[in-house]
Amino acid sequence: MVTVAGSTSAHPARPRVGVLAIQGDVAEHLAALSRCGAEAVPVRRAAEIDGLDGIVLPGGESTAIGLIAREDGVLDALRRYVDQGGAVWGTCAGLILLARDAGHAQPLIGALDVVVERNAFGPQVFSFETDVTIAGLEGGPFRAVFIRAPAISAAGPGVDVLAALDDDRIVMVRQGRLLATAFHPELTGDDRLHRWFVELCGAQSSVVHA
Amino acid sequence: MERETGTWRVKSGMAQMLKGGVIMDVTTAEQARIAEDAGAVAVMALERVPSDIRAEGGVARMAAIEKIEEIIRTVTIPVMAKARIGHFVEAQILQQLGVDYIDESEVLTPADDAHHIDKHGFTVPFVCGCRNLGEALRRVSEGAAMIRTKGEAGTGDIVEAVRHARSVIGEMRRLTTLGSEQLVAAAKDLGAPIDLLRVVAETGHLPVVNFAAGGIATPADAALMMQLGVDGVFVGSGIFKSEHPDRAAAAIVRATAHYGDPAVLAEVSRGIGAPMRGQQATMIPEADRLATRGW
Repeated sequence: MVTVAGSTSAHPARPRVGVLAIQGDVAEHLAALSRCGAEAVPVRRAAEIDGLDGIVLPGGESTAIGLIAREDGVLDALRRYVDQGGAVWGTCAGLILLARDAGHAQPLIGALDVVVERNAFGPQVFSFETDVTIAGLEGGPFRAVFIRAPAISAAGPGVDVLAALDDDRIVMVRQGRLLATAFHPELTGDDRLHRWFVELCGAQSSVVHA
Repeated sequence: MERETGTWRVKSGMAQMLKGGVIMDVTTAEQARIAEDAGAVAVMALERVPSDIRAEGGVARMAAIEKIEEIIRTVTIPVMAKARIGHFVEAQILQQLGVDYIDESEVLTPADDAHHIDKHGFTVPFVCGCRNLGEALRRVSEGAAMIRTKGEAGTGDIVEAVRHARSVIGEMRRLTTLGSEQLVAAAKDLGAPIDLLRVVAETGHLPVVNFAAGGIATPADAALMMQLGVDGVFVGSGIFKSEHPDRAAAAIVRATAHYGDPAVLAEVSRGIGAPMRGQQATMIPEADRLATRGW
C-alpha cells in the first residue's frame, strides 16, 4: 500500500517521530514507535513540531485534546505541518482531530477529507475488539481494539479506504501522508502498523502515491 | 468477524485513553456542559458533591436515574457514575443505563462492610479507590480496570491525596528492589495476590491506570499530583464549589496537561477567583473520614 521510492540516501536512518502529548495514551505510542526503530518524542508545544519526520495523534478525548491544542497554537502548527507534507497518523481521537467534519462543534485540524461519526458504536459497554483485514498489510488480520470509537461515514475522492468492518463502517483510511485508524494498534503489541508508519516517516516526500 | 465486548483490554484500555486528563464531578447537565467545554476527559455524575455529603450527612447513594440519563444525553465525553461499595445492584442498574465507567466509591455510604463488588462479571469497567498498594491490588484482583488514590474527598485539602499517592508509588518502587523470595512475604504483608505483585515488581507500576482523587482544589494541586507520578486527576468539589467554576475547570485542565511547566502553571493560576474554602483533613475525626471506608 505504501511504495517507498529509491534507497536510503535521503532518508533518515532513524526517523524522529513525535506523539502529541497533551492527553491520552501517549506512552503506549512512544513505546511502539521506539520498538520500530524511531526516535520517539513527546510533543506538547507548537515549536516542537518543526523538524519532525512524522507525528502521531494518540487516543484520548478529542474535545479535551482539541481545546488545549487550539489554545496553545498547536492546532495551527499541525495544520501547517500537514500543508508542508508532514506525515500524520491519528488513532481514534486522533482520527477525529484530523477529520474535516466530526458532526460536533469542536476544534479540529480538518485536513482529512472524511466525515466522522463520534461514539459510532455507542457507550463503553459496546466497545469491542475484533479481527480486521487491512488492505496491503502482510501477516494476516489485525486485532483491532475499538474503545468508544468513531467510524468514518463518508470519505472524499482522494481518500483510500484501507479497512472496513463487516457492516461496511470504514475504520482505516489514508490520504497521501495522512493515515487514520478508528481503533488502537498501540494497545495490542502488534507493531505492524507502527512499523509501516515509521517507514512512511523515513521516506520523507519520496513516497509515491498510488 | 466476531466482536468481543467487555474484554480486559477494552476495559483497561478505556482508562488508558483518559490519561493526562481531568475527570470532574457534576450534579447537573449544566455542570456537565461546563466541564466538557473546559476540556474534561470525563464527568462523574453524582447526587451531591462530596463536600455537601459531608456537610449534610444522611445516606449517600447512586445518583437519580433521570439525572444520569440527562447528563449522558448532554455531553459527548464519557460519563461515569458512582455506586456504593459492595452494592452490585446499583452497578447493574448503572451498566443498564449505559454509563461508561462505574466508580465503586467510598464517597457514598458503603452497602457491604466486608465485600467489594465482583467486577469481573460486568461488561462496564470499574474504577476503585485505594490508600496503599495492597488495597489497589485487591481491587484489581476483583476486576477494577482503573485505580484512583482516595485522598479525603470533599475537603479541598490535598494532604491525604499526597499521602496515598506517595504510599502507592513508594511501595511499588520498593517492590522492584526485592528478590522473588521476598515477594511472597511482601504479598502477605500487603494482603495482595502474589501474581499481581510480581507484575508490579517487574514493571514498577500498577497493571492499570492510576489517577489521584480527594482534595484537589487548584491547578497547582493537580500538577503536584501529576509530578508525583499519577496518570491523571479526579476533581470533585474543587470546581463547582469555587468562585468561578468555568475558569477553575479550564485552568485545572491546562495545569494537568502541562504539569511540568511552571510558566504555564503560573499563567493558568492567574485570575481564576477563589478556590473552594475547604476543611483541614487532619482535623476530621476518624469516624467521619471517607478514605477509611473499603477493605
